[in-house]
Amino acid sequence: MKAFLILEDGHVFTGTSIGSTREVISEIVFNTSMTGYLEVMTDPSYAGQAVCMTYPLIGNYGICYEDQESARPWIDGYIVRELSRIPSNFRSVDSIWHYLEKHDIPGIAGIDTRALTKILREKGTMNGMITVNENYDLDEIIPRLKAYTTGKVVEKVTCREKEVLKGSGPKVALLDLGAKRNIAKSLNERGCQVTVYPAHTSAEEILKTNPDGIMLSNGPGDPKECGSIIQEVKKLYDSQVPIFAICLGHQLMALATGGDTHKMKYGHRGGNHPVKDLQTGRVYISSQNHGYVVDADSLEAKKIAKPAFVNVNDGTNEGLAYEGKNIFTVQFHPEACPGPQDSSYLFDRFMEMMGGTK
Amino acid sequence: MPKNPEIKKVLVIGSGPIVIGQAAEFDYAGTQACRSLKEEGMEVVLLNSNPATIMTDKDIADRVYIEPLTVEVVEQLILKEKPDSVLPTLGGQAGLNLAMELEEKGFLKENNVRLIGTTAETIKKAEDRQEFKDTMEKIGEPVAASKVVTTVQDGVEFTNTIGYPVVLRPAYTLGGSGGGIANNEYELREILENGLRLSRVGEVLVERCIAGWKEIEYEVMRDSAGNCITVCNMENIDPVGVHTGDSIVVAPSQTLGDKEYQMLRTSALNIITELGITGGCNVQYALHPESFEYCVIEVNPRVSRSSALASKATGYPIAKVAAKIALGYTLDEIKNAITGKTYASFEPMLDYCVVKIPRLPFDKFISAKRTLTTQMKATGEVMSICNNFEGALMKAIRSLEQHVDSLMSYDFSHLSSEELLEELKIVDDRRIWKIAEAIRQGIPQEEIHKITQIDLWFIDKIAILVEMEEKLRNEELTEELLTEAKRLEFPDYIIGNLNGKTEEEVKALRKEYNITAAYKMVDTCAAEFAAETPYYYSVYGGENEAAETKDKKKVLVLGSGPIRIGQGIEFDFCSVHCTWAFSKEGYETIIINNNPETVSTDFDIADKLYFEPLTPEDVENVVNVEKPDGAVVQFGGQTAIKLTEALIKMGVKILGTSAENVDAAEDRELFDGILEQCRIPRPKGHTVFTAEEAKKAAAELGYPVLVRPSYVLGGQGMQIAVNDEDVEEYIGIINQIAQEHPILVDKYLVGKEIEVDAVCDGEDILIPGIMEHIERAGIHSGDSISVYPAQTISATAKETIAEYTRRLAKALHVVGMINIQFIVCGEEVYVIEVNPRSSRTVPYISKVTGIPIVPLATKVILGHKLKDLGYTPGLQPEAKHIAIKMPVFSFEKIRGADISLGPEMKSTGECLGIATTFNEALYKAFLGAGVKLPKHKNMIITVRDEDKPDVIEIAHRFEALGYKIYATRSTAKVLKENGVKVIRTNKLEQPSPNLMDLILGHKIDLIIDTPPQGVEHSKDGFLIRRNAIETGVNVLTSLDTAAALVTSLENTDLHNLTLIDIATIDNV
Repeated sequence: MKAFLILEDGHVFTGTSIGSTREVISEIVFNTSMTGYLEVMTDPSYAGQAVCMTYPLIGNYGICYEDQESARPWIDGYIVRELSRIPSNFRSVDSIWHYLEKHDIPGIAGIDTRALTKILREKGTMNGMITVNENYDLDEIIPRLKAYTTGKVVEKVTCREKEVLKGSGPKVALLDLGAKRNIAKSLNERGCQVTVYPAHTSAEEILKTNPDGIMLSNGPGDPKECGSIIQEVKKLYDSQVPIFAICLGHQLMALATGGDTHKMKYGHRGGNHPVKDLQTGRVYISSQNHGYVVDADSLEAKKIAKPAFVNVNDGTNEGLAYEGKNIFTVQFHPEACPGPQDSSYLFDRFMEMMGGTK
Repeated sequence: MPKNPEIKKVLVIGSGPIVIGQAAEFDYAGTQACRSLKEEGMEVVLLNSNPATIMTDKDIADRVYIEPLTVEVVEQLILKEKPDSVLPTLGGQAGLNLAMELEEKGFLKENNVRLIGTTAETIKKAEDRQEFKDTMEKIGEPVAASKVVTTVQDGVEFTNTIGYPVVLRPAYTLGGSGGGIANNEYELREILENGLRLSRVGEVLVERCIAGWKEIEYEVMRDSAGNCITVCNMENIDPVGVHTGDSIVVAPSQTLGDKEYQMLRTSALNIITELGITGGCNVQYALHPESFEYCVIEVNPRVSRSSALASKATGYPIAKVAAKIALGYTLDEIKNAITGKTYASFEPMLDYCVVKIPRLPFDKFISAKRTLTTQMKATGEVMSICNNFEGALMKAIRSLEQHVDSLMSYDFSHLSSEELLEELKIVDDRRIWKIAEAIRQGIPQEEIHKITQIDLWFIDKIAILVEMEEKLRNEELTEELLTEAKRLEFPDYIIGNLNGKTEEEVKALRKEYNITAAYKMVDTCAAEFAAETPYYYSVYGGENEAAETKDKKKVLVLGSGPIRIGQGIEFDFCSVHCTWAFSKEGYETIIINNNPETVSTDFDIADKLYFEPLTPEDVENVVNVEKPDGAVVQFGGQTAIKLTEALIKMGVKILGTSAENVDAAEDRELFDGILEQCRIPRPKGHTVFTAEEAKKAAAELGYPVLVRPSYVLGGQGMQIAVNDEDVEEYIGIINQIAQEHPILVDKYLVGKEIEVDAVCDGEDILIPGIMEHIERAGIHSGDSISVYPAQTISATAKETIAEYTRRLAKALHVVGMINIQFIVCGEEVYVIEVNPRSSRTVPYISKVTGIPIVPLATKVILGHKLKDLGYTPGLQPEAKHIAIKMPVFSFEKIRGADISLGPEMKSTGECLGIATTFNEALYKAFLGAGVKLPKHKNMIITVRDEDKPDVIEIAHRFEALGYKIYATRSTAKVLKENGVKVIRTNKLEQPSPNLMDLILGHKIDLIIDTPPQGVEHSKDGFLIRRNAIETGVNVLTSLDTAAALVTSLENTDLHNLTLIDIATIDNV
C-alpha cells in the first residue's frame, strides 16, 4: 500500500506503508545511527516524534526484546529507506515488520531518506504527517501540521508507580522523565539500589528517603513545558544530595537554576557526536538525542555552573558542573544504547560523588 | 596539542613494488600523507623502490629516492639526508619491518632520529605473536587458543592439545604469506615447514581454528592525547577462513546489532589504547555467529588495505589524519576536509552501503588453484556504493572487468543439485555465483547457509537478485518492474536480454518512465552537515545531488579500474597527472573510477569524483548529468580505451588521438597499410580465424611463430608456438573466450626488444628516451628488465627508432601519447606493437629523464605545441645515469601458477635501480626486487638444449664468483665438457638425492631453469620451479636475466651504493 509523508513546508514523499496504516501528525526528526534501531524506537525521548533513520537498511538483525530501552516503542512514526525482508541474528525473535504492526506504529518505507534529511537540515525540524490516504488535501493538512505541538509528553512516558532495583551499594533516586532502561541498569550494575520515581514525584518525597544520590533522566519534549517538575528540581538542587542528570534532566536543572534553553535547528540525534571533557581535554564519541540545548553563558556569568563538556562540531553546551555543588549534568547519553559506550565512566564519577561503592 | 616544533624533516618509507598483499593502497596512503606533511611545512624525504607510484613524484616529496628498500640503503639515506624523524606506518609491512630493524639495531637512536606515528614498542606489541597475545590477555581481550612455535615438532604437539583444524600464521609476513588451515597432521607439517621458512624471525602461530565465524574489522584512530574514534567497521561476507583481502566485504556491518557492534567497537578502542598507537590501526575480529563470543584475530598498527577501503567507503582520510597525528596534532584540532566544518574527532555515519570485491588473477594463472584461503591471492579490488546491498553488489561485480556482469555470468546450471551442494563446499572466487545457482535450483537458503556459513541475510539478498532475474524473464516490463530492476542495479542490456528486448528498447522505456540514475554524495555524516567535497555514487530512485556546473570547461578522465596483472598502478599515475594537468589549464576535472586503493579516487584529486563501474551505461549516466566538453581515454589503460566507442556514441568528444586512429593501430589490416605507407618493416604475419589457417600461416612463415588474439591486454593469450600441435592448442585456448576479433600469427624474431614512449602534438614528437629490454623478444615487455638509456644498440639503430616513431605518430595522427615496441636485429629495426595511449613505462621514464610526460601530453591534447612548451622536438639527450626497471612477481602467493616467463605477462609490480653505472643500477634493481645473493653460494642449472651453448659462459662466471653449481644430466655434461666444475644431480623421477632434495634442503640461492619453447608437456620443470618459489629460492627462466644478474654481482661494491635524488633530475 502507498503511504505519504507530508511536511509542513509542502514537501510530499511517496513510499510504501509499513506498520500501522493509522494517520499520524508528528514532529519529524532524523537519527544517523547505523545500528540500534530498536533502542531508538523504544527511547521515550522520541515520544511525540516520527523518526527518519538515515541509514538505509533497517531491520537486518531483527528484534530482540531485551534490547528495548523501555517497555514499548514511543516513536509516533517510522521513516526508512528499506526494511529488511528477513531478520538475521541469533538473538532475533521478531521481525521489525511485525513489531511495528504489533505496536500500531505507522511508517513509510522506500522514500529518499537522504533528501528528507537534507530538508530537515536546511529548514530545521518541522512537523509532518504520515498517511495512506491518497486523496490528501494539502490546503487542509498544512495548517494542521503548522498548528501541531508536541505538548507535555513527559507525563505520557514516565512510569506510573515507583519501582526498586535492589542493590547493596549507594541508594539512588532516579527521577523518570522518560528514562532509558540502561540508566538504571548502569547504576544497578555498579551496585546501586535504584528507586525509580514517576516524573511528578515531589522533591520532599524523594529527599525524605535520604538517597545517596539523585539521577535525573533523559526525556522527551520541550523542557520549558515541565514547569512544575522544574520547581521540584530546584528543591533537589538546594539539597546537599549529589545529583547527576542526563539530557532532559540536564536541561531542567539548568532551567531550575536560572539558565535558559532553546530549540536547536535540527538537534543532535545519532551515535557519532564528539564531546570534549573540559576538565581533561579528552574527546569522547557520544550517543545523542536532543532537540533543545542549554545556553550555558548565563549560568556561567552568574557563577552557578561551569561548562564541563562542549560539542566539538558546533560548540554547543554538552554538560555543566555546578559550582559549590555536588552536581553535574550532561546533554549526551553516557548510558549509550544505542551508540558508543565511551562516556560510561561518568557513572563511575557519579559513584565517587556519592562516596564510592559502599 | 599543537604540532611538535622539533619535527622539521621527515623520512617517509614507501612499500616498494606492487605484490599480492601490498598494492596501490600504500601509494594512496603515502601520497596523501606526504601532501599532509608538506601542508604543515615539513621537508619530506621519500624512499620507495617503486617508480610507478605517485608518491615518488617530486611534486609530492622534496627529496625522492627510488632505491631498494633495505636496511643498508635506509641507513645510508639517513646519514645523507639527516632527517629528524621517520614515519614508517605508511609503507605497509615492508616499511614497518625496515623501521623495526633500524630501531632494534639502535641505528635511529645513534643518529638522533625519532620514529613518529608509532613506537617500536607498539609495533612489537602488535606484530610479535607472543607479545600480542600477552597484551590481549592483559586487557582481557580474547584471542583464539594459540602458541608460537619455532619447530614443526612443537606445532604438532601443541595442536594435539587443542585439536584440528588449526590456523597457521607466520610472523612478519605480508598478505598472510605461508599461512593456511591444517586439517590433519600431514597438512600441518607441510604448511608449518613452509611458514617457518618465510617468517622473518622463524616463528609461526598455531591457532584454534575459528573458521566459519563472522569476520569483522574496525578501523580505529588514536591521537597522542588518547582520544580515539572508529572510522568504520566492515563485515566480510565470507566467514573467517578467507583472507580479508580475498573476501567480499561490506561496510558498515549488516548483520550486527548495536550490542555486538558496540562490544567490538569498545574492544577496538581498548586495544588501540593499550598498544599506545598514535595514528591509524586496523583490528580484525572473529565473532561467533550465535553468541557474543569473539576473538581478536589481528591488529595492524599502520595504514593498510583495509584502511584505504575504509577511507574511500566513508570519506574519512585516514592517512592524512594519521600524518597530522604523527606531527603531534590531536583529533579535535584536525578539520574534516570533506565537510570543512566538523573535525576529525567524530565517527563517519554512512547512509549507503559499500561492497568490495577482490580482483583475483585466475584469468592469468590458468593452472592455479582457485580456492581462497588465509593466504591472499587478489592483485586488486573494486568498490561500489549504493543505497541498497543488492545494487552495490551488482555494481561491484560489473566493475571487475572479468567478463562478469551479473549473478548469471558463471554458468553452473549444468550441475545437479547434489553436485552443486558439493561445489558449495569449495571456497573459491565463484562462490556467490554458485549460491545464486543453488537458489535457482530451489535449494533452501538454510541449507546453503549451513554449508557456506555465509549469513542468511546475504544469501537472501542474492535470492532477491535471482528472483528479479526470474521476474524479468517471465513478466511484462512494467514501469514498476523496471524501476525495481534498476533500483537493484541491473544494467539495461541484461534487463533486455532477460526480457526479450534490446538495450536500446529498455533505455527508451526508462526515458518514457523517467527512470534515471541520481547521484548522492559521500559526505561522512549522512547529510547531517552540508559537505563541500563532491564525491558521488549513483542510485535509482531519489533526488540527484550532482549539479551540472557550467562556469568552466569540463573534462572527463576515465580511470583504469582494479589493479590486475597487465594493468597496474602506472595507469593511475597517468590518470592523476592528467587530471592535475587539466586542472592547471583551467578545466574542471571529473574522474570516474572504482578502485578504492588508488590515488585517483582520493576525494581531492579531481574537482568531482564519481565512484562508479567503468561500463558504457554507468559512464553514460554520468555524462548525462555532467555534459563534459570532452573525455580523455589515453591515460586509463585498456579500460578507458575500451570505452572510446561508447563515448563517441554518447556524443562526447574524445580529446587527443581520434578513435579511428586508435583502431588503426589495433586493426591488423589498417595497421599493415600504415606501416607500408611509412615504409616501416614489421615481422611477417597473417590474420587468421581457425587452427587450420593458423597452421598454414605458420608453415609459410616458418616456426617459431607468435600466436595471439588481436585486442590484447598485457599479452593475454599470446604464446610462442614451435610446431603445429602448439598452434592447435593455443588457438583452442584463445577460442574458449568468445572472440569477436581475429587471431594474429606472426614470425617470431629473436632480437633486442626496444620500447619507446613519445608525445606527439600532431606535428612534432618528443621522445624522452629509448628503453632496451634485457630479455630477448618473446618475454612480455612488462616482465622484462628494461634499461634506460638503451645500451647495446647502435646510434644508427637509435636514429631509425626515432625516425620510425615520428613517422608512425604522424601517420596515426597521434595527439598525446604513443607507445611503440620494436625489435632490433643488427641494424634492422622492426615494429612489433603500437599503442596510441599511455603505457606502463611512462611513470618510470618520466622520473628518470625528468620530463613530465603526462602533463606535456595533456597540454598537447589541449592544443599546445611542444616547441612552445620549451622542448626541442625529437629524441632527447640521454641522461647521465642508467635506470633499470625490474619486474617483480608474486608467484609464491598463487599455488599452482607456472612461473616461467613468456609472452603472457605475469609480474605484479616493478622496482627501479638507478646509478651512474650499468652494473650498479642492475644490482640495485635486483636488490629492490628481493633477489638477495649470495647466501649459500649454491646454484642449480638446468636448461633446454637451445640454451646449452649460451649457458657455459654464465656458468663460468658464477663459478668464478665462488658458486657451487649443480646440474641435471645433459646440462652437467655440456658444462663439464667445457671446463665448468659441476655436480651432477638426479632429475625428479630419479632416486634421492635429486633436485627436489637440494631445493627443499634450503641450501640453494638460485636456479636457472629455462623451460623448452612451445607447450611444456613435462611436469618436472613446473614442479621444480613451483617448489623453488615456495621455498624462497630465486628462479630465473631466461638466460638473459641470468647473465644480467651475474654481471651485476661481478661488478658492484655491495657496500657502497650511491643514492640518487630523483627530484634533482631535470632535463631542461
